Amino acid sequence: MTVKKPELLVTASNLEELQRLIAAGADAVLIGDSRFGTRVPGEFTLGQMAEAVSIAKQADRDVRIYVAMNNIVDNKMVDELPAYVTELERIGVDAVAFGDPAVLMAVRANAPKLKLHWNAEMTSTNHDTANFWGRRGATRFVCARELNMEQIAGMKAKTNLEVQVQVHGMTNIYHSKRSLVQSYMDFKKLAEGAGATGDEADMYLMEADRPDERYPIFEDSNGTHIMSADDVCMIENLQELMEANIDSFKIEGLLKSVEYNETVVRAYRAAIDAYCKAPDHYRFQDEWLEAIQAKQDPNRELSYGFFYKEQVY
Amino acid sequence: MSNTTSETGRKLTGKRFRLDRPELLAPAGNLEKLKFAVHYGADAVYIGGQKYGLRSNADNFSFEEMREGVEFAAKYGAKVFVATNIYAHNEDIEGLEEYLKNLEEVGIAAIIAADPIIVETALRVAPKLEVHLSTQQSTLNWQAVKFWKDEGLPRVVLAREASLEEIAEIKEHVDIEIEAFIHGAMCSSFSGRCVLSNHFTDRDSNRGGCCQSCRWKYDLFIDAEQFEDNGEQFTMGSKDLCMIEHLPDLIEVGIDSFKIEGRMKSIHYVATVVNAYRQAIDSYFEDPENYKLKPEWLEEINKAANRPLNTGFFYDTPGAEDHIYGPEDKGSPYDFAGIVLDYDAETGIATIQQRNHFKPGQEVEFVGPGGTFFKQIVGELADKEGNKLDAARHPLQEIHMAVEQPVKRMDMMRKRIGKG
Repeated sequence: MTVKKPELLVTASNLEELQRLIAAGADAVLIGDSRFGTRVPGEFTLGQMAEAVSIAKQADRDVRIYVAMNNIVDNKMVDELPAYVTELERIGVDAVAFGDPAVLMAVRANAPKLKLHWNAEMTSTNHDTANFWGRRGATRFVCARELNMEQIAGMKAKTNLEVQVQVHGMTNIYHSKRSLVQSYMDFKKLAEGAGATGDEADMYLMEADRPDERYPIFEDSNGTHIMSADDVCMIENLQELMEANIDSFKIEGLLKSVEYNETVVRAYRAAIDAYCKAPDHYRFQDEWLEAIQAKQDPNRELSYGFFYKEQVY
Repeated sequence: MSNTTSETGRKLTGKRFRLDRPELLAPAGNLEKLKFAVHYGADAVYIGGQKYGLRSNADNFSFEEMREGVEFAAKYGAKVFVATNIYAHNEDIEGLEEYLKNLEEVGIAAIIAADPIIVETALRVAPKLEVHLSTQQSTLNWQAVKFWKDEGLPRVVLAREASLEEIAEIKEHVDIEIEAFIHGAMCSSFSGRCVLSNHFTDRDSNRGGCCQSCRWKYDLFIDAEQFEDNGEQFTMGSKDLCMIEHLPDLIEVGIDSFKIEGRMKSIHYVATVVNAYRQAIDSYFEDPENYKLKPEWLEEINKAANRPLNTGFFYDTPGAEDHIYGPEDKGSPYDFAGIVLDYDAETGIATIQQRNHFKPGQEVEFVGPGGTFFKQIVGELADKEGNKLDAARHPLQEIHMAVEQPVKRMDMMRKRIGKG
């Protein structure tokens, strides 16, 4: 029995990381520029994106380059979209990830060869809405990180879109347009000094009842972002997602070292290859997880995210 | 609701006036709140049903209650909208069509929806129901507004992050009704882009389970050092929005519907806030050039406020002064005490339904729609049978009490806290 190989997708912060992650086994790399993309791990100019495309083309297999355009778009950005997506198409980017209809309209009008991956973060929650965006041009649905395994496993039966699921790394849990750390510093009258600005330091929040959890927080031109205290890690249970025919497994590399991301890509690469070679004989190997654990920040737990959680409302 | 932009009212002075009145849209957590919101001047109210709404803790309306609410509102020429603003999961979709058809059947004028599948389903199965795009879609640009207009929506509720300038640009580009929040509590995140509740308490915020974790207190660590271990902690909690002092700006930029937040708020809160904005809007349109804010409108709002107030994103991105570090102030020294059920002009005796403890000697205020207002000291109290009472102790008890000026059914009585 042969099966269709799911894509292994990872973010990269610069060209060097991109090259190393492709070498480690990534099938696709998500890059971006914070003018258009939210929470990109590093900034890529259009020139660097073109170089990324040519690096991908040189790989010994089919490797794709995606560009994050998942900002909440304002009027000013609307004016910049046509030229940007035209350029992305011209340099050979494969797809853009979007959450705002303005991006979809700009791509359809100016860069019809660019594929559209619908990613509205925590609000991409059901297959019918995926199909809604599919009818308007999207080819891929990026599942919200708050969905459970049953909901995700049911997706492929109900949509013709490709389904992408985050299998590893941190997730965004709060996004504000406000500069909340800066506001707090101003409130404390301690804003002087470069060391105390939100965009340079390594910062996290703690809540009195959860002393073991550290929630990374950072500020940039798109506002304030708070991230999960744990890193999703689905390597042990990847089989369930592969059996559900999920098309793309994403590793979020934000706020991680290149070495860490490389290790994670290798582990998932090995698991996917082993499964696709002989699905019936697939067995999870402890060494895959152990390699990740060896590089894992001891203050951040590896978790199953919301895959097996019961949520109420 | 007219679609005309403010251009029709442009005067030679260069200042923009408009001839059409914006809609005043108020929240109503239950049928009684709906009646008060409408009675005090709302042009439309929005409520939640038993499903698909983001306030799973609110009372929420059955279809029967909706029908009654629609009938009551119709007598005032007001409309009823239903919030169906969750982001649905696969299993929530079943039953959606029937639910939307029921809303149409009971006379609901519009739904407020965020999830495209709810938008699309409503357009297909309930054509008489207008679909308004919820603020949960975080719409901040004219292109996206145009996208939703082309999908068949007559109205978009913008993200709370939109500035007046951005709203003006959107109105210039797209002929569509724009609704904006002008008063009430605010998510400090982009609405919908927050799952703190999911992470802290396993409650799904985008399906109505928000536990307001943004208002909790946190310790901030920078490069592994605690930023400060004394004094006020870090929080994301925002002050509440209040635009009563800037109403001409909102009107002249062309916002079609002024929305007040608060389906979880009390009758007293909703009626008081609606009352103030109703008077301000009407006063503006009587004589735009000489419009002036009356201090009593702001005073009234402050009597209902739960938190300190600010102007949100209309003029600037909120900064340090716009967040609530330290305890969340209870802004008002007033408490809702009772509702007038009846008034006998011959005897000057009002029948008041108790909503909070009050007793003889206490100072109270009476407030009605349109700004009728007076203060007095509570005199003798009696129950329905005429028995003298030393205090009105029981919730919903009917109390007879002499009032110094005529009052009307649905006037409100409030007391000063800590006096008497």
